[in-house]
Amino acid sequence: MSSRNKLIGVIVAIALSHTSFFPLAQAQNVGLGTPISESQLADFDLIAGPDGNGLPVGSGTALQGKEVFEAQCAVCHALNGEGTSGNTVLVGGDMHSEGTPLRTVGSYWPYASTVFDFIRRAMPATAPKSLSDVEVYQVTAYVLYLNGIIDQYKVLNSETLAEIDMPNKDGFIDHSQAQ
Amino acid sequence: MTDQELETVAGNGLINRRHLLGLGLAGMGVAVANSALAADAGMRLEIPAWSKSPGPGASGYGGRSSYAGQFQRMAGNPNPIYPGGGASRSPLQHLQGTITPNGLHFERHHAGIPDIDPSRHKLVINGLVRQPLVFSYEDLLKYPMVSKIYFLECSGNSGALWGANGADAPDGTAQSIHGLVSCAEWTGIPLSTLLDEAGVDPQAQWISAVGADAASMGRSVPMDRAMDDVMVALYQNGEPVRPGQGYPMRLLVPGCEGNISVKWLTQIKLTRAASQFRDETSKYTDTQPDRLSRQFTLPMGTKSLITSPSGQMSLHRQGLYQINGIAWSGRGSIRRVEVSADGGQTWADALLDDQHAHKALARFRIPWQWTGGSAILQSRATDSQGNVQPTRTGLINEVGILGRYHFHGIQSWSVNSAGKVRNVFA
Repeated sequence: MSSRNKLIGVIVAIALSHTSFFPLAQAQNVGLGTPISESQLADFDLIAGPDGNGLPVGSGTALQGKEVFEAQCAVCHALNGEGTSGNTVLVGGDMHSEGTPLRTVGSYWPYASTVFDFIRRAMPATAPKSLSDVEVYQVTAYVLYLNGIIDQYKVLNSETLAEIDMPNKDGFIDHSQAQ
Repeated sequence: MTDQELETVAGNGLINRRHLLGLGLAGMGVAVANSALAADAGMRLEIPAWSKSPGPGASGYGGRSSYAGQFQRMAGNPNPIYPGGGASRSPLQHLQGTITPNGLHFERHHAGIPDIDPSRHKLVINGLVRQPLVFSYEDLLKYPMVSKIYFLECSGNSGALWGANGADAPDGTAQSIHGLVSCAEWTGIPLSTLLDEAGVDPQAQWISAVGADAASMGRSVPMDRAMDDVMVALYQNGEPVRPGQGYPMRLLVPGCEGNISVKWLTQIKLTRAASQFRDETSKYTDTQPDRLSRQFTLPMGTKSLITSPSGQMSLHRQGLYQINGIAWSGRGSIRRVEVSADGGQTWADALLDDQHAHKALARFRIPWQWTGGSAILQSRATDSQGNVQPTRTGLINEVGILGRYHFHGIQSWSVNSAGKVRNVFA
């Protein structure tokens, strides 16, 4: 049966039924999606999870990342990550300071994978996805180094990045199941 | 009509809502001074000029009357270091009913609006599925669809009312303070239909939704919610979803903070755990007084807002007004809205047009007699789960002011003796 005929089948079933069509739609797939393999999605799927799943091949150190950061990132984030406006501050802050804490990669972000994931998908803001995976590892390392989380020789790759403990890793409450 | 015929039901001039149903206050859209009801011997109606010559004919695309006001969304100033970022706010005080016209629906973008050719756009479902699938726009148009009315609200909406760092109550309007909420009829495919076709692995506990904008904005949604009422929306109020709302398709997660309804949807990945994207860790999380931060606060709180009279309006004469506004809850429908004209000392029930609007805006109305004194107008919503909108102070006492998102406390508009309406912290 062609996909078109399958769809017509669903619609006829709906027309003949006085009930919601959800159960019918689930019982008989329209089935127009095209199968694809994960390897075909290697360049498309940019999701890097906290368990390291999705981190690409490659590696980098802060020492290597300094040059990339100064060329690509410092225009907004300043040379040492101190930022040029509220949302561009990358370093400093203390969640237990008096008043409203400064929330940065170092003080707030719970996972190092998020730093890699966000840089790879969204930075630099004027030219997202223009950095190579290796450059993203390097810049991620440099931002973590600026925060004193790793030293400048630490090699970040798909295994070591997921092992980094961020200072505020226990600072969040999952509210997703709250009523 | 005389004052004696109006039943006062709460302090400072609130009138029984039943007067809105009968003839007593018919046509009471604006202030009606009692003296205006007396015959004006000098009045003589004539046929107006526009009734004497034909107007222009039909057109391809309609617009608002030039007499109906030039109100628009209010957009923030562009930020050169974050091109395309920012928001525009709906002109709530100029709108009636519950549906937001598409050109006035609020926007929040993280890297601007992509110019997507639907014939080259793909929706991928991968990760913990039996068979990863890719859908074209044309494919999706052939699926059975549903149409539902849902509100969307940015979790940063009303954030100025936290008064963080000792800020005073901003002298804003309903639009500038609360304009990051809108409501539309969304038509699309239940996400569960597409996930079932890919075959959900029982280990999958979350989905990650990713957009095709320059930020490739991503958010994680718990699987139980993803399989419930989430849809892939293709139409908004009857027309294709507009580019600013995610053309050619967006995720629509009813009742939840707007950011999770990922626009320009291009990927759904099923995972064991949340992907911990930037916008669910660094942003859209709320720090508590104990310095722990709540994450994935998804359903928006029970909330209401008087849109008229509201901030920066002026009451030009004493008499009867129709207080009205909007109410919504991310956990169900709005069962009740009460209104106070004395800063919350006494309350009266407002009239609700529709008590069954599930995760949609509801419009409430109540008559109010302004006699020239000062007043503080407030509204308080109760939803179908029994959740009652807290006072601003009550909300702050509960969660502190270190969080930047999810404000849903009671809005207070003060009216002074000159009739000037202003936002206040009360």
